[in-house]
This record gives sequence, C-alpha cells and structure tokens, in this order.
Amino acid sequence: MLANMLANIFGTSPVQPLEKHCDIAYQCTKQLNTFFACAVKGDWDGAAAARKLVEDLENQADDVKKEIRLHLPKSLFMPVPREDLLELLLVQDKMANRAKDVSGLVLGRRMVIPAQISDDFLEFVRRNVDAAKQARKSVRELDELFTSGFKGAEVKLVESLIEELDRIESDTDERQADLRAALFRIESELEPVTVIFLYRVIELTGEIADMAERVGRRLELLLSH
Amino acid sequence: MEAQLVYIALAAVFGIFMAWGIGANDVANAMATSVGSKALTIKQAILVAAIFEFLGAVLAGGAVTSTIRKGIVDASLLNETPELLVYGMLASLLAAAIWLLIASRNGWPVSTTHSIVGAIVGFAAVGIGMDAVQWGKVGTIVMSWVVSPVTAGFIAYLIFGSVQRLILTQPDPLEKARRYVPVYIFFAAFTITLVTILKGLTHVGLELKMSHSYMLAVAIAIVVAAIGKVAIARIEPDPKAEKKQHFHTVERVFAILMVVTACSMAFAHGSNDVANAIGPLAAVISIAQSGVIGAKSSIPLWVLVLGGAGIVIGLATYGRHVIATVGEKITQLTPSRGFAAELAAATTIVIASGTGIPISTTHTLVGAVLGVGLARGIDAIDLRVVGRIFVSWAVTIPAGALLAILFFYILKAVLP
Repeated sequence: MLANMLANIFGTSPVQPLEKHCDIAYQCTKQLNTFFACAVKGDWDGAAAARKLVEDLENQADDVKKEIRLHLPKSLFMPVPREDLLELLLVQDKMANRAKDVSGLVLGRRMVIPAQISDDFLEFVRRNVDAAKQARKSVRELDELFTSGFKGAEVKLVESLIEELDRIESDTDERQADLRAALFRIESELEPVTVIFLYRVIELTGEIADMAERVGRRLELLLSH
Repeated sequence: MEAQLVYIALAAVFGIFMAWGIGANDVANAMATSVGSKALTIKQAILVAAIFEFLGAVLAGGAVTSTIRKGIVDASLLNETPELLVYGMLASLLAAAIWLLIASRNGWPVSTTHSIVGAIVGFAAVGIGMDAVQWGKVGTIVMSWVVSPVTAGFIAYLIFGSVQRLILTQPDPLEKARRYVPVYIFFAAFTITLVTILKGLTHVGLELKMSHSYMLAVAIAIVVAAIGKVAIARIEPDPKAEKKQHFHTVERVFAILMVVTACSMAFAHGSNDVANAIGPLAAVISIAQSGVIGAKSSIPLWVLVLGGAGIVIGLATYGRHVIATVGEKITQLTPSRGFAAELAAATTIVIASGTGIPISTTHTLVGAVLGVGLARGIDAIDLRVVGRIFVSWAVTIPAGALLAILFFYILKAVLP
C-alpha cells in the first residue's frame, strides 16, 4: 500500500526497449545481404524467404516502437528530453522501413541487377548494413550513458563510435555515386523502365546508411544536453 | 482502576495494530531497494530491518513520541477532565488505522504520520476546543512536511552529483569506486550515529559530553567503514556480466554501501514512525496511571520496546511480500542511486526525529529520489504520480480528523 508510493513513481525506463528496437531494425537490414545475393542469382524463392524475414522483423520493430511510445507519457521526467528519444526511435525505425521498401520493390518487379554492376551493388548493400550495425553499436551504449549521466569517459566512447558511423556513411555515399556512374554507362543497353527503377533501388538502399547516420546525429543531441 | 485497565488495554491493542501496519507496509520502502538490486536477500533484509527498526524505535524514538503524546494537544486545559484525552487518543489511533485501511483498499498513497497528526488535531479542535490545539507546533509540523522532502532532495542531489563526478564519469570507475565508497560508508555511519547520540539518547537516559559523542560516532563509523572496505576488496569483476553492462561491478561495490544506507534508513524509519503507533498509547498510559496529564513524566521504555516489537512482527508476518513486490518495481534505483536517495532521506528523518518532529518517511524518500532524478540519475520518473502523492496529504489530514471526531464522540458515549 504505502510502499507503492515509492514503487509507482518510476515510469518504465525507455533505455532497454530503445536498444532492443535498434537491434531489431539492424537485424531487419541485415537480411538484405541474403535477399540481394539471391536476387542477383535469380533465385526468387530464396529472395522471397529473405523478404519474409524482412517483413517479420519490420513488424516486430513497429510493435516495439508502439510499446515504447505507449510508455512515454508527457508526465515523465527523464535526464534527456522525451522528444529527442522519440526522434531517435523514429530514425531507428526508418532503417527497417527502407529495408522493407527496397526488398518489396525488387521482389515485386523481379528486378535483375545487371551483371556488370552486381558485385559493386552487393558490396554497396553490405556497407549500408554495416552502417546500421554501427548505429546499433552506438545505441547499445545508451544504458551506460544513462548510468554515467551523459558525462565523462562514456561520452567520449560514444563520440568515437559515432565518428566511425560517419566514416561508414561517407563510404556508402562514395559507392553510391560510383554505382550510379556505372549504371549510367550501361543504361543504353537496358530497358528504360528497368533503369529508372534501378536508380530507385540504389537510392532506397543508400537511405539505410543515411538513416543510420541520423541515429548518430540524434545520439549526439542527447550527449549535448 | 477497572476503567484504567480497560483504557490501557484498548490503547495497547490499537497501538500494536498500528505498529503492525507500519511494519507490514512502510518498512518496505527502507529495504526494497537493497533487495531489488540484490544487495541483500529477502531474509537478510528482514533481519537487518528488524534489528535497525527496533534500535531506531528504542534509541531515537522518544522525542517524536513525546510530540505525539503531548506536543499537539495543550494538556493544561484538561486537568479537570483527563479522560477526554484518553478518548481522543484512542479515537485517533482508530481513525488513523481505519483511514489507512480505506486508503490501502483504494491504492491511495497515504502516510501514517499525516493521518495520525490529522486525527489528533481533529479530535482536539472539535472535541475539546480550538484552544486545545498547539497551533504553533502543528504549524511547524505541517511546514516540516514540505521542508523534509525538499531537504532530502537537495542532499540527495549533492551526494549523487559527487558520485557522478568522482566515480561514474571517470575513465576507471571501478578503481574510483573501490577508493571512494568506503569514504561514503564512513560518512553515512558517522552522520546517523552522531545525530542519534546528540538528539535521541536523552530519552533513554544516556547523556554524553559533546567531545565524547563525536569520538564515539567517529569510532563507530571507522569500524563500519573498515568492514565495508574488506567486503569491497573481496569483489571480483565478472567478465561475462561486464561485457553486457560496463558498470556492473561498480554497482556491486555500491551494493555494499547500500547495505549500510538501508540500515540507516530502517533506523531512521523506526525512530520517527514508531511514534505514530505508540505516542497515543504513551499518553493514555500516563493519564491512566496518574489520573492527571503527566507533562513531566518521561515515556516508559517498555512502551518504545512494545512499538518496536509491533513493527518487527508486522515486518515478519507481512512485510516480506511487500518488500519483494516493491523491490521488483524499483530496479531503476540501482545501488549507486539508491544509496544517495536513502542516505539523504535517512539523514533528514533522523534529524527530524531528534528534534521531535513527526514527518512522513516515504514522502522524504520520494523527495530524495526526485533529487537524484534532478542530477540526471534516474531513467524515468512519473511526475503525475509524484503530484498525486504530495496532494494526498491535503486529503489525509481532514479525513483523519473527521474520523477521529466521529470515534471520539462514540467512545465518549460508550466508555465509562
């Protein structure tokens, strides 16, 4: 009874759920490696299976996202602004959404990646997944950040993780430009509609790293409070 | 003679029931954090709480008991009709107990201290007359209900701020924790011991010279800190747990400190809250024995012992469930946080006990937790609930008062 006075003043901590959400979002993007490996070979059964995993993980991420939002009422008093945590959640979620969009597009149109650019393209996908992985590695430090009060040695560690994330993102940008140039050189040999959608696929895939980078930006904002 | 025995028996029954309720419900606040953070097992927590609640009640519970007994009601008006005070005190105990039952049924956050003080003020103001209430004293008490959470919050903010600066933000938090935690242990043991010696022991009949008091407090603190240091030295990092949570071992070092602050908290709680149960009983006993309101007589030690025993029984019979439940809910209060909140609350409460002011231990602890939160130490605090808690005492005072008035007139009609 009276003891509940103490027990009830604690809201649900958003820290572990946010870390969990970022992990699911990363796992979701990770499926793209398998998906495109199958797609490049024309193995559409394998691609469909990978796409199914992407969908499942994206749904899981959505569930966790809703759960976190439900437990973050405006009356909560936290070390960092609630809005910043919700924004972080949003960009984490977008990594998974992009993975779902791009795999849906490729599977729906049975798009074959031209052999001339397929190796570079697979490497490009891998680097985007690396960016998501590095975003997860940074977000995994959230509980330590909360423990240390967003100050001191832990902050330096997270800053270095975010720097690495930025480096990976720059790398994906360069690869994206090279891929577009390579596609441009061979586009006259391809179907115009296919070409348009290939550009779209490159763009959507590249957005995974962009979102990962924005996860880093959001974390930096938390550090600056 | 017959009537007197009836009065004393009734007061004892009500008083023990109240003490049982305090032991069953309130003690959890002092111990749950240590259990939740695995610093203590439930069995150890019950044992520690029983010892220190009892010690607090007996060694430092006298001043607040005196306040409840004769500080709120001006007894000089009752020299002709001392039995009115007996009815009133019995009514207050009943009213507070009933109100706590109603509140717990509905899950309202209500403090034992608030209900008993409200009840005594109520019966005195209406049953005897407005002049019978020591309004100045009551004003001080009500003011302290605002001041104590704020003070505890401020102290907790400072303590946790120092923990962050000295330990948590350092590149080698574990080394720093091993170095500084014994200092915190010394500080905790010294403060609680000193305040008790200076303020509490006069009621037990022990008087020490100022210099002796300080020497004794330092000696006890050094012993406790030395034991703590040995325990800390035995803590080995667990590589598997460290991988998952970098601060895991640091928190284990703080868990040692947590045991000390939990003892302090139980001691503080016993010293302040035992009065809610036995203050009225002490009043009834002194009147029944002498026939007049014994403004001079001190509280018989056996009454304090009875109150302490009641709390321990409540703790043993029912308290373990509450401790377990609350412990699961307050995992955010890790040892590095929990100790800061508890030390701040315990210090505030023991000082209030020494001064003879009944305050709500839970409100004080909630204030301390908010202080840690302000130092960015807690993941999420629900301010709506905090607001409800602090509004609750505005409701509790009139509720306790009304019930006490009702029982007062019933008892007046029924009892000889």
